[in-house]
Amino acid sequence: MRGATPGTGNGEPRSARAERLWFRARVVQTIRAFFVARGYLEVETPHRIPAPAPEAHIDAVPADGWYLHTSPELAMKRLLAAGHPRLFQVCRCFRRAERGRRHLPEFTMLEWYRAGADYRDLMAETEALVGEVAGACGGAPGDLARPWERLTVAEAFARHTATTPEASLADGSFDERIAFEVEPHLGRGRPTFLTDYPAALAALARRRPDDPAVAERFELYAEGLELANGFSELADPAEQRLRFEEERRARAAAGRDPYPMPEPFLADLGRMPEAAGIALGVDRLVMWLAGAASIDEVVALTPEEL
Amino acid sequence: MAVYSAGELRKGLKLEIEGQPYHIVDMEFVKPGKGQALYRCRLRNMVTGTQVDRTYRSGDSFQSADVEERVMQYLYNDGAFYTFMDQKTYEQLQITADQMGDSKYFLTDNLEVDVLLFRERPIGVTLPNFVVLKVVRADPFAKGDTATNVQKPVTVETGYELPVPAFVEEGEKIQIDTRTGAYVTRVKG
Repeated sequence: MRGATPGTGNGEPRSARAERLWFRARVVQTIRAFFVARGYLEVETPHRIPAPAPEAHIDAVPADGWYLHTSPELAMKRLLAAGHPRLFQVCRCFRRAERGRRHLPEFTMLEWYRAGADYRDLMAETEALVGEVAGACGGAPGDLARPWERLTVAEAFARHTATTPEASLADGSFDERIAFEVEPHLGRGRPTFLTDYPAALAALARRRPDDPAVAERFELYAEGLELANGFSELADPAEQRLRFEEERRARAAAGRDPYPMPEPFLADLGRMPEAAGIALGVDRLVMWLAGAASIDEVVALTPEEL
Repeated sequence: MAVYSAGELRKGLKLEIEGQPYHIVDMEFVKPGKGQALYRCRLRNMVTGTQVDRTYRSGDSFQSADVEERVMQYLYNDGAFYTFMDQKTYEQLQITADQMGDSKYFLTDNLEVDVLLFRERPIGVTLPNFVVLKVVRADPFAKGDTATNVQKPVTVETGYELPVPAFVEEGEKIQIDTRTGAYVTRVKG
């Protein structure tokens, strides 16, 4: 088994699931070492928060009047604003009603943020991180030679669909096109960065100065599996408030629970330096590296086993 | 009947769509980053057997199918209709020869079957895996035939014809696999 670690001490062979847990632990240890070596501060921010970032399609699990965070993003950006230029966190994130072969309602996310960087810098750093993890853990499927493929959303639509991102946003078919027509082709044999999303789909990302209809956002795919989402951060509190309002309107229109506006975050945002940040699914990374077909294979216990 | 939300969809659930009962054969939860949840379902029409693929979104809601399986006893047929009886209520219902399909060849007196009903109307029958039927017509076994695996066609009491080993005689009872229609073994008594 790729990445197997020698002996448990009692000399007995481990089950496949146990092997994967050792493999997963090694991945997480390598991730930590990578960021520590580059001068990143590891932080832990509260899981239980009063105001999740308003997102049209992500619901937070209620927790005693507040909510469990769906991502540590808002807290991480407040820490950037407080004067920490390089931060990372590996933590649990919680999302309602997300369960499938690639989803767990509770999962592990790696997020890292770097002041003075943009999304292109983060793509390069992601290549370096994954290269180091693959190197320490027995390799990865496919070819990791850099640079990896970079494809804009517009190019991906032109290649794999009969429509455009704008047209499919207008007729409501964007998510289906991405999920069923585009994603399965991405990252085959070599990882792919899908970049430059329509600005409406990146409420927390900065728009491209040369093309404001598009945001400096990217997603990483490997063998059709979505691994990470990163962007140049929007640092304008006024624009961020407007984008949050749009997300809240979309939530209300879909009958979803309203969340309070994250005022302390908006207050701090004006002090945040130019930065870029990224969220990477650790379970997904392990799935890809280990060749697991289901996320259940790379976690210690699934919710159904509890 | 119950109403399901998209988040409750799973394999095995029975839904009514456009007046027809469907069984979810497979369900995949798909959610592109920052996008909406999509529920990709493979559905089988429980009446016609045809499969369709449908993608649903959160916010969609579904009617559960009024489908029931009842154990009933086969009574008789008049060529066009096959009559079954519920042994608890003595209620009888009829299934057309068309709906029975090949299952009609494996019915024995008082055989217990599972009748599938949609909105109280029969849409299908499931037989036990094996039934015992009497051979009513067979050419006799010739003593000189020593070649192995020789088969001959016989007819059983329901009019069904099938190949059996050459040693099977007229008047004997045989066990048939109702899923394949094939001979399994001779049965004594």
